[in-house]
Amino acid sequence: MKKIVSTGNKDTRSGFGAGLHELGKKNPNVVALCADLIGSLKMDDFVKDFPERFFQTGIAEANMIGIAAGLTIGGKIPFTGTFASFATGRVYDQIRQSIAYSKKNVKICASHAGITLGEDGATHQIMEDIGLMKMLPNMVVINPADYNQTKAATLAIADYEGPVYLRFGRPVVPNFTPADEPFIIGKAITMIEGSDVSIFATGHLLWKAIEAAEILEEQGIHAEVINIHTIKPLDDDAILKSVTKTGCVVSAEEHLMNGGLGDSIAQLLARKLPRPLEMVAVNDSFGESGKPEELLKKFGLEASNIVDAVKKAIARK
Amino acid sequence: MADIQNLKTIASQIRRDVIRMIHKPASGHPGGSLGCADFFTALYFDTLRLDPNKFNMNGIGEDVFFLSNGHLSAVWYSALARKGFFEISELSTFRILNTRLQGHPTTAEHLPGIRIASGSLGQGLSVACGTALAKKLNGDNHLVFTLHGDGELQEGQIWEAVMYAAAKKVDNIIATVDYNGQQIDGPVDQVLSLGNLKAKWLAFGWDVVEMNGNVMEEVVKGFAEAKSRTGKGKPIVILMKTEMGMGVDFMMGTHKWHGKAPNNDEFARAMDQLPATIGDF
Repeated sequence: MKKIVSTGNKDTRSGFGAGLHELGKKNPNVVALCADLIGSLKMDDFVKDFPERFFQTGIAEANMIGIAAGLTIGGKIPFTGTFASFATGRVYDQIRQSIAYSKKNVKICASHAGITLGEDGATHQIMEDIGLMKMLPNMVVINPADYNQTKAATLAIADYEGPVYLRFGRPVVPNFTPADEPFIIGKAITMIEGSDVSIFATGHLLWKAIEAAEILEEQGIHAEVINIHTIKPLDDDAILKSVTKTGCVVSAEEHLMNGGLGDSIAQLLARKLPRPLEMVAVNDSFGESGKPEELLKKFGLEASNIVDAVKKAIARK
Repeated sequence: MADIQNLKTIASQIRRDVIRMIHKPASGHPGGSLGCADFFTALYFDTLRLDPNKFNMNGIGEDVFFLSNGHLSAVWYSALARKGFFEISELSTFRILNTRLQGHPTTAEHLPGIRIASGSLGQGLSVACGTALAKKLNGDNHLVFTLHGDGELQEGQIWEAVMYAAAKKVDNIIATVDYNGQQIDGPVDQVLSLGNLKAKWLAFGWDVVEMNGNVMEEVVKGFAEAKSRTGKGKPIVILMKTEMGMGVDFMMGTHKWHGKAPNNDEFARAMDQLPATIGDF
């Protein structure tokens, strides 16, 4: 089995910050907006080097979304930055009407997604955001796995014309995707090839899926691990191809089961290729305060949970 | 110098268009549209610097208008068609299946003249701020105009944008409030009073112009006054007194024609009061 190595721990939000700064240098039409969270979103370098293209909106996310939509009328490519909770649920109607329905070229960039923001607790731990955003027509939904991929995704979405939701997180996590790997929206990436089960993972849970595959390999189970960094549009072909080969499926994500990646895969398989599916996700619950690793354990989002889910899925074949 | 008589002639036709557009599908919002017919006429036929044949989404090098209270779609569509953005005959498709003239304005149908969807209230001023900022970045000295309902000012997002535009000196915006004192559930003062509206805008740091939106001379003058105050560090708001339903006697003085279509009898009575000055669609 291919060994995947982390080059060290880094936060995905810093990948966003680095990508945004690079875009500032590369593309004069890229502008950025933030609702009083510059440091948390790692937007400092962009703000410092391109102050005329940065708009501080204060703690007024609805206004920020509207301003971003308006900036596109004039040819700008706005990147908005705030926490995932305030980037989606708080401003759903503004996104729906002024960005998604109006098909505006706004990139909604959201940090502190999922449960791993930790101690701040459930008010800030949104685990519905993928579902909220993927339900909007015209919206692309991306959840990269590590620093390198978040940076690459940030660069890639500037070249895509249309609304995008880019989701990333707060904690430092293994950085393991190649720094020079181009990001192709909607194109799944096979991390490990296998024949017994397909594990489709997104965001921080991709590393957990890789760890699970290593454990399973020692037990003689050959898991295929695929990085679904783009939840919408979903890479149907890659999913169907893998499941045709393996015959059973596990999805893994730092999100609710309702509305998440597993839900999208279930819909696809039910229509095209019904096979046993187990979901590693949070089941209809809000989060709580704690350290990221403690929370992942309590809410069942560890490698061991993926291992258990794989065994269940295989048993159902 | 504006030809006031010509503008009045166009406004009468636009009012007639509005009633006919809403009567056919038996659906729409006549009250506010009639009240703002003079505003839209002066805006498109005197104030805005634009070429309807060169409409593009970016709006660089021309004035841009956003309708924040999207339920006034009928009067906007009529003004756009009469100005030449699309065929006047298309007004007959308003609110009918497969139309580009959706119940509330949208970009999804690619109707020339429209740059953002509206209908869910309170969003247009934020959008206008963004476009005004883009104009500044682009070195484009054209202006951004908006229209809002007075009831719409009950939305919190409006005041986020009001605070933002003043604090950041977005002085290339002219917002207008259709101050007709009516909303769906009744008089604004009863539903949720706006208090001293002028004092509120002034306290937030805006420059305020007041005008009667149903006297064409005043509307033209008011726009000119507002334009003369742009570029001086403050955004401008026009508090525009109008009468909901203006031009059709039984639709005036009440909130009841906010979102109600006339029946055949009411349609005939309304048409009698609105001369067809430049030809029906």
